[in-house]
Amino acid sequence: MGVGIQVEKLNAWFGKTQALRDINITMAANHATAVIGPSGCGKSTFVRCLNRMHETVPDAHATGRVRIGELDVYNGTSAVAIRRRIGMVFQKPNPFPTMSIYDNVAAGLKLNGFHDRRRLDEIVERSLQLSALWDEVKDTLRKKSGASLSGGQQQRLCIARALAVQPEVLLMDEPCSALDPISTGKIEELIFQLKERFTIVIVTHNMQQASRVAEFTGFFLLGELIEFDKTEKIFTTPSDKRTEDYITGRFG
Amino acid sequence: MPETAISTGSTLPPVSLWRRGKNAAMTLAAASAVILVLVPLGAIFGYLVYKGIGSISWAFLTQIPKGPGETGGGMANAIGGSCLILAIASVMGVPIGIGAGIYLAEYGRNRFGDLIRFTADVLNGVPSIVVGIVAWAIVVQGRGFSALAGGVALGIMMVPTITRTTEEMLLLVPLVVREAAYGLGVSRWRTTLSITLRTATSGVITGVMLAFARVAGETAPLLFTTLGNQYWNWKVNQPTAALSLQIFSYATSAYDEWHRQAWAGALILIVLIVAAVSAVRIAASRGTLKGAN
Amino acid sequence: MRSRFQQGLDELRARLLRMGGLAEQAVDRACQAYIERDLARCHMVLEGETQINIAEREIDELAFDLLAMQQPMAVDLRFILAVTKINSDLERVGDQAVNIAERVMDMVELPKADLPVDIARMAAAVSAMVRRSLESFIEGKAELAQAVLEMDNVVDRMKDEAFILLVKAMNEHPDVTRQALDALLIARNLERVADHATNVAEDVIFWVRGADVRHNAAPEGQPQQTGFSAAQQAATERR
Repeated sequence: MGVGIQVEKLNAWFGKTQALRDINITMAANHATAVIGPSGCGKSTFVRCLNRMHETVPDAHATGRVRIGELDVYNGTSAVAIRRRIGMVFQKPNPFPTMSIYDNVAAGLKLNGFHDRRRLDEIVERSLQLSALWDEVKDTLRKKSGASLSGGQQQRLCIARALAVQPEVLLMDEPCSALDPISTGKIEELIFQLKERFTIVIVTHNMQQASRVAEFTGFFLLGELIEFDKTEKIFTTPSDKRTEDYITGRFG
Repeated sequence: MPETAISTGSTLPPVSLWRRGKNAAMTLAAASAVILVLVPLGAIFGYLVYKGIGSISWAFLTQIPKGPGETGGGMANAIGGSCLILAIASVMGVPIGIGAGIYLAEYGRNRFGDLIRFTADVLNGVPSIVVGIVAWAIVVQGRGFSALAGGVALGIMMVPTITRTTEEMLLLVPLVVREAAYGLGVSRWRTTLSITLRTATSGVITGVMLAFARVAGETAPLLFTTLGNQYWNWKVNQPTAALSLQIFSYATSAYDEWHRQAWAGALILIVLIVAAVSAVRIAASRGTLKGAN
Repeated sequence: MRSRFQQGLDELRARLLRMGGLAEQAVDRACQAYIERDLARCHMVLEGETQINIAEREIDELAFDLLAMQQPMAVDLRFILAVTKINSDLERVGDQAVNIAERVMDMVELPKADLPVDIARMAAAVSAMVRRSLESFIEGKAELAQAVLEMDNVVDRMKDEAFILLVKAMNEHPDVTRQALDALLIARNLERVADHATNVAEDVIFWVRGADVRHNAAPEGQPQQTGFSAAQQAATERR
């Protein structure tokens, strides 16, 4: 079951440059929230602050409060522990190239010390089924490397890998931007099904995709959250002129 | 400029004879360069085979040298000694080199890292005989010549190559692969060892093999450290025979018999190095999966 | 902004206005024909019908094309949807004008009857409604459209009065029954034209405010919306 996400006064910097200003947002459990905005608006930075991946960039830091369920992301637990509870899928599919499909899916567990063979088999199978990849790879699980799959399959593999650690929240940073329309469609379908078990935050520059998969949408511009509302409201009658200018293509 | 030959569409001028001629000339020049490089390589190997193959026999490979002036005998102890010394060198040089390479790639984007890189490059350029003298001062003085000293000298020489290659190969691993691991909640050091290093394995091995091949044939440092030995020796704190040393002393001797054996020794040395590198390559490729790079 | 898209929107707007002009003209002509018992004008109305139908088809095609190829959002989407609906209402207005003209043609055959009903006044009111609803579209102003909604009640009352008076006339003077019936039907047609003008006004409010005020639903859209149509106006003027 997914959990809700609450963000209060989140600010983020790259060195001296401020990338996010006073972001306040509440994202509903078991729903998909889309984050849209022009290039450089801070949407990727925002999502990376939710699981403290932002800190992996040298000289980057963030302040504010992020609560995911009952977990306080910035106070109390280490970044590494936080990231084990939150799954992330990146823009370019990035399976571990030297590992087999099986090992890729199990990586999150094995690298964190979990080695029960039988349970691992179960978890790998279930994760691959959740990401609609099981039927395509069940015969070559250990023989083929993760990098030998097609782009769309690789991205589903990365989703399976993220799901294997059983997070409650799944963060997706433009997951379909490197994929063809058919693969994109499969993954959007997947997101729709995953919503039942997880809370999903998806960054996308494709507004049609946001309107297809997400119930809520947040519009970011120059590091600020301009408007956050139900997706259909944002795309039919947005409240802020800047939102409207963006989605009608008048800028950005 | 004669405007003949192929037309390339409406706006571009046709490809003239002059351009095609230039193209052909450059291709010829490049091919010639390749031949020029391969010829000495082939010549050396060919000449070695020519001069040495006659002297290679089972006896040569299994017997220790006979006294000066006598015929027969072999370089078995030298082959064994070289293996021992190179093993010691590898045990010392490879972990240090890879460790330094990891540090530079992951944590070394600062002044201190630059200093280490500079030091490694300088060390790379230090003449091998100087390294030998340093090893003599550290290990031999007061304790005597030994295989260990030889291993230390050669190990020191391996470090810079391995360090730089390891660093380069690790930096080639795309950031996204590392981020995938971080995203899964894997700690930084674990990511470095299990993911980044593993992805760069084939490149790192190349670096190690490069270093190995280079030091395998070094003679000067061994002069001050292992000294050589007429007999079998497997103790690391005693003087030991080495192929390169043996070749050196035989070739500079006055005996024809020893000259003959020197050729054979040189051929054996080359063959052993090639065999070692190939064996590691094959073993490494067996371990990788279908489709992995 | 995407200039091809903006050109498409501008063309759609221009065509709709032209069509509005044709419909308005048809109603005016039909009413004039009634007042002056002029057959020639009736024929003009009947001939003009074809043009209106062609215009309706072309506007629908253009709107469909823009929807499919340009993926409009928000105010642009509302605009195109509103245009397709206004298009349909204007075509019906044309049909009603034809109906009126046919009634007039029937009445001209019969002797002139003195009927206790002021069709001319009703025609003027209806004509004003059509004109004002088209103005609210040109200006993109919801207030103008709101005024049209209010005028509909007046026209409805006029029609009800006309019915009562004409039925009374038919009972008292059976010899003018046919003329009275024709007048009754013309009043009915005018009331339908007023309804269509009201629809146009409601569609303008939907476009400008994003509020669905059809069937007397209270407007949900935020009041402070004039910025958007202003943005569109500005974009149009810039061209």
